[in-house]
Amino acid sequence: MTPEALLLVVGAGHAGAELAVQARECGWSGRIVLVGDEQALPYHRPPLSKAYLAGEATLDAIALKARVTYDKAHVEWQPGRHVAAIDRATATVRFSDGGTLPYTLLALATGGRPRPLPAAAGAAAQAPNFHYLRTLADVDRIRAGFQQGGRLTIVGGGYIGLEVAAVAVKCGLKVTLLEAAERVLARVTAPPVSAFYEQVHRAAGVDLRTGVQADRLVLDASGRVAEVHCSDGERIATDLVIAGIGLLPNTELAAAAGLRVDDGILVDPCSRTSDPAIFAAGDCTRFMSPLYGRSLRLESVPNALEQARCAAVTLCGQERRQDNVPWFWSDQYELKLKMVGLSQGHDRFVLRGSVEQRSFSAFYLKGTRVLAVDTVNRVPEFMLAKRLVAERLPVDPERLADEGVPLKNQIAA
Amino acid sequence: MPTLTVIEANGREHRIDVEAGKSAMQAVIDAMVPGIMADCGGACSCATCHCYVDESWAAALPEPVLAEREMLECALDPQPNSRLSCQIRITQHTDGLVLRLPQSQV
Repeated sequence: MTPEALLLVVGAGHAGAELAVQARECGWSGRIVLVGDEQALPYHRPPLSKAYLAGEATLDAIALKARVTYDKAHVEWQPGRHVAAIDRATATVRFSDGGTLPYTLLALATGGRPRPLPAAAGAAAQAPNFHYLRTLADVDRIRAGFQQGGRLTIVGGGYIGLEVAAVAVKCGLKVTLLEAAERVLARVTAPPVSAFYEQVHRAAGVDLRTGVQADRLVLDASGRVAEVHCSDGERIATDLVIAGIGLLPNTELAAAAGLRVDDGILVDPCSRTSDPAIFAAGDCTRFMSPLYGRSLRLESVPNALEQARCAAVTLCGQERRQDNVPWFWSDQYELKLKMVGLSQGHDRFVLRGSVEQRSFSAFYLKGTRVLAVDTVNRVPEFMLAKRLVAERLPVDPERLADEGVPLKNQIAA
Repeated sequence: MPTLTVIEANGREHRIDVEAGKSAMQAVIDAMVPGIMADCGGACSCATCHCYVDESWAAALPEPVLAEREMLECALDPQPNSRLSCQIRITQHTDGLVLRLPQSQV
């Protein structure tokens, strides 16, 4: 490798920042350039809907790495630069500012963007009190509109919507949450777990409405959203609207360059794309999961980090294959919510513990195999659950609910 | 600025100056000392920022809260002096703190 070799990392979120620094640690001796759309020093994304939104964390506190770390690692961080196109034939990228840069190796960590809310069509999308929640800039704008006693309408009962509801209640806002499906988290949890979340939020004062879609955001004369018109005929007067209805992977750059893309940039277990000089990592990717026997697109920090590390090791000449189980955490009120695995395709659901006491582990089984576990205030069981799911350790479904037998004694390790 | 000494499993020592208020985990990451993974970014959710507090400092740090204790039980090779480095705040009072890193986080 000549000293002029250049690794270009596109995207300065979790995956990009990790990949850039790890590549140096793994021995890349050429230039490393890390470009990102945003001006801010790369930051942790989960706190945006938690402590940062609540005003309990500063920007400094959520930086992924200190500014000097990039210098230490000889990573040239270029903020506020957007890549417009990749020309694979000449191994060059073109920036939207007109600049070009030839690369030896390219890593795409472009993440995702919020799914647009159909009800926010036209002028509503530009309303100053309508927001998505994905970036630091989004949350800074949201916080400016967070007034004690203000009326917040959240569209979407996924983890983002629920986390925002919890923070908003804490900040003294009056919160209404609209979920289009018949229950919150419908795609990822079983009915008893959805019911748990709904009960917790309602007990905290959230006006949580399921089976209701936001049909239209109606603006006042100044162009602010004044009402949300719902599919059930209700009209909700509101001061602030936040929509969290999913994430679209930013695959356009890859697709336009002719890389294989299918609701995510397709990568192998070492984070390689269909072009041997191009890697991809994080929310923008789709990969084949040996654990689940199907392709997955995960929106998760541990996955972004793992794929970034695999890319860094592999592009330096060793090979590292992705080896981790999908897991997530959420912060809502004082609950410790930790989840492992994906529950689609389960044929049995077993609850261990008590929903009423807010302490339980919910197991999603297929035969004697545990596909996924949702845990609430059950940290040791969560850590065991990670092994259960990752190692496919068989369990006896009949005994799982028996709190008389500690979970660790039920594992045939 | 308080200093933190971090000793890798292979014995290699690093003396780091740390801004007061930063977590030990972030200090190790920022200094690019290998041995901490910090997958959850300090949310006390992954136990991959596990470290051992030097005997001389064990009594001086505030006790871990329940959330941390529960995670520590599940760390790889926990010892009585185990801590999650994301829960240790560096301050003037911790000036000179010595932490040892485990052989592996997973």
